[in-house]
Amino acid sequence: MAMKMPTEYKLVAEHVGIEYRVKRTGEYLQAVRDVSLQIKPQEFVCIVGPSGCGKSTFLNAVAGLLPFNKGHLILDGIKISGPGKDRAVVFQSPALLPWRTVVGNVKYGLELRGTDAAVMEEKSMAMIKLVGLGGNEHKYPNELSGGMQQRVNLARALASDPELLLLDEPFSALDAQTREVMQNELLRIWQETKKTAMFITHQIDEAVFLADRVIVLSKGPGSVVAADLEIKLPRPRNEATKADPEFLAKVAEIRELILNEKK
Amino acid sequence: MNTSQKAAEVTGIDLSSFPKRQWNRFYYSNERFILGASGVVFLLALWELIVRVNLVDPLFTSSPARIWTAGIQYVSSEGFVNDFIASGSELLAGFGLALVIGIPLGIVMGWYPKFNYLVDPIFNFLYASPRIALVPLFIIWFGIGMGSKVAIIFLSSIFPIVFNTLMGVKTIDPVLLNVPRSYNAKDYQIFKTVVLPSSVPAIISGVRLGLGHALIGVVVGEMTAATMGVGHMMFTAGQTFQTDLVFVGLIIIAGFGVILTSLVQLLERHFDKWRVDIHK
Ligand SMILES: Nc1ncnc2c1ncn2[C@@H]1O[C@H](COP(=O)(O)OP(=O)(O)OP(=O)(O)O)[C@@H](O)[C@H]1O
Ligand SMILES: [Mg+2]
Repeated sequence: MAMKMPTEYKLVAEHVGIEYRVKRTGEYLQAVRDVSLQIKPQEFVCIVGPSGCGKSTFLNAVAGLLPFNKGHLILDGIKISGPGKDRAVVFQSPALLPWRTVVGNVKYGLELRGTDAAVMEEKSMAMIKLVGLGGNEHKYPNELSGGMQQRVNLARALASDPELLLLDEPFSALDAQTREVMQNELLRIWQETKKTAMFITHQIDEAVFLADRVIVLSKGPGSVVAADLEIKLPRPRNEATKADPEFLAKVAEIRELILNEKK
Repeated sequence: MNTSQKAAEVTGIDLSSFPKRQWNRFYYSNERFILGASGVVFLLALWELIVRVNLVDPLFTSSPARIWTAGIQYVSSEGFVNDFIASGSELLAGFGLALVIGIPLGIVMGWYPKFNYLVDPIFNFLYASPRIALVPLFIIWFGIGMGSKVAIIFLSSIFPIVFNTLMGVKTIDPVLLNVPRSYNAKDYQIFKTVVLPSSVPAIISGVRLGLGHALIGVVVGEMTAATMGVGHMMFTAGQTFQTDLVFVGLIIIAGFGVILTSLVQLLERHFDKWRVDIHK
């Protein structure tokens, strides 16, 4: 097979290194040492790795919220140098503005970009329906359950119609049942919108269930890509997928990889 | 013994007192007001009683009835209008200035640590210095007219406003700030949509504290070298042993404070409608 041109990818990371300046000591900490990966358009990629290995750090760099000191990040052929219209983040905590209603929160990203009010209203309403929150438009976040808040978080990101959706452990704070519901919901929404997605998690079965490809990062700080596995499970996926021998084999394989990382 | 009384003995429910429930309902929905008003009425009655039975000399203690008479007389005099306008405009100017300067200053100090480091020593010095001691200085600088009073009111009320606003900004949830940043929001948009709304409770408590200090400022400012104002009226009344009139002045100032505070509370409730009620 011929080498693909880099522009065929949605996102290309080339030897990315990210460091933090630790305020307390004034020293630098290399949180991510050398990460190279590619994400194709409409692909769903999960990144897993031990806690503290730099997953959030990497995602924040792709979001443009953190500077990186080595390598390149290229989105649609253009180098990332800050936050942009082409990306939206679904944060780990719902990060909703408590003084805004559900619609107000979903609108927020569009509003910051000066979108026309009527367009904004229409898009937000459509996204609220899409994430299954119709009828809750005028509730405040504190009237919603954790799962509903994450739906709003997702709707807000989708409303701005990003090229690349960045999700940082969005379901980690949910209970096991709600988490499963949300995984299925996310897949349904992804199938409808066909957004390119980069999803971070440390739940291995979640990664295998959702992804076209799972990327394993090595133990941090100073992480590198330890493995890059294609998941060829058929779509649409459902509860039956989780009993598929292929699913179980992949989960076991990745668990082994991460355990070896921890040694 | 009729049947309903019998029933009451057995069941403990007294059917004959049924209308009581209406009173109960009225009481519980107005409990706070009823208890508060009872406290005030009781205190006033006790005060009047002690004076009426000659336990104390009303020349020193005054009494609710005497304050009422003196109050009606003062309020219907021309002096009251002048005093009220004088004090009111000093308060408006001094406190208004403190709001207009204090809130933005607090926000900037909270948002830009470097600016905070820059002005912090000056602020702490001014805060620690007794502001009453500055009155003579203000009279030299701004004269005995309105200027020196506005200055003292301003300086009395700006500190709680600045400090509270600053704390409000400093304690913003950093996770919330990542959201507008990820949408490439400009600084002024972040101020408007996150910093300001999440600091509202802190700002409002600063405004309330500042208001209290401003009212003290009115009296302090008018105590020396003034010719008009409610504070000045109180001071001259005190020097001529008109105890009733001193209380009238006190009630006017405190009443004004209560009205302004409830306006601020209304504002607070407007901004707080999303917050969960932690009681009941
Ligand atoms: N603001 C910061 N300043 C200094 N060091 C940081 C900062 N944020 C993270 N780190 C360090 O960088 C490394 C990577 O952190 P990161 O949050 O990216 O991990 P993670 O893989 O997302 O972990 P988790 O799965 O627990 O969320 C860790 O060693 C952490 O201590
Ligand atoms: Mg993380």
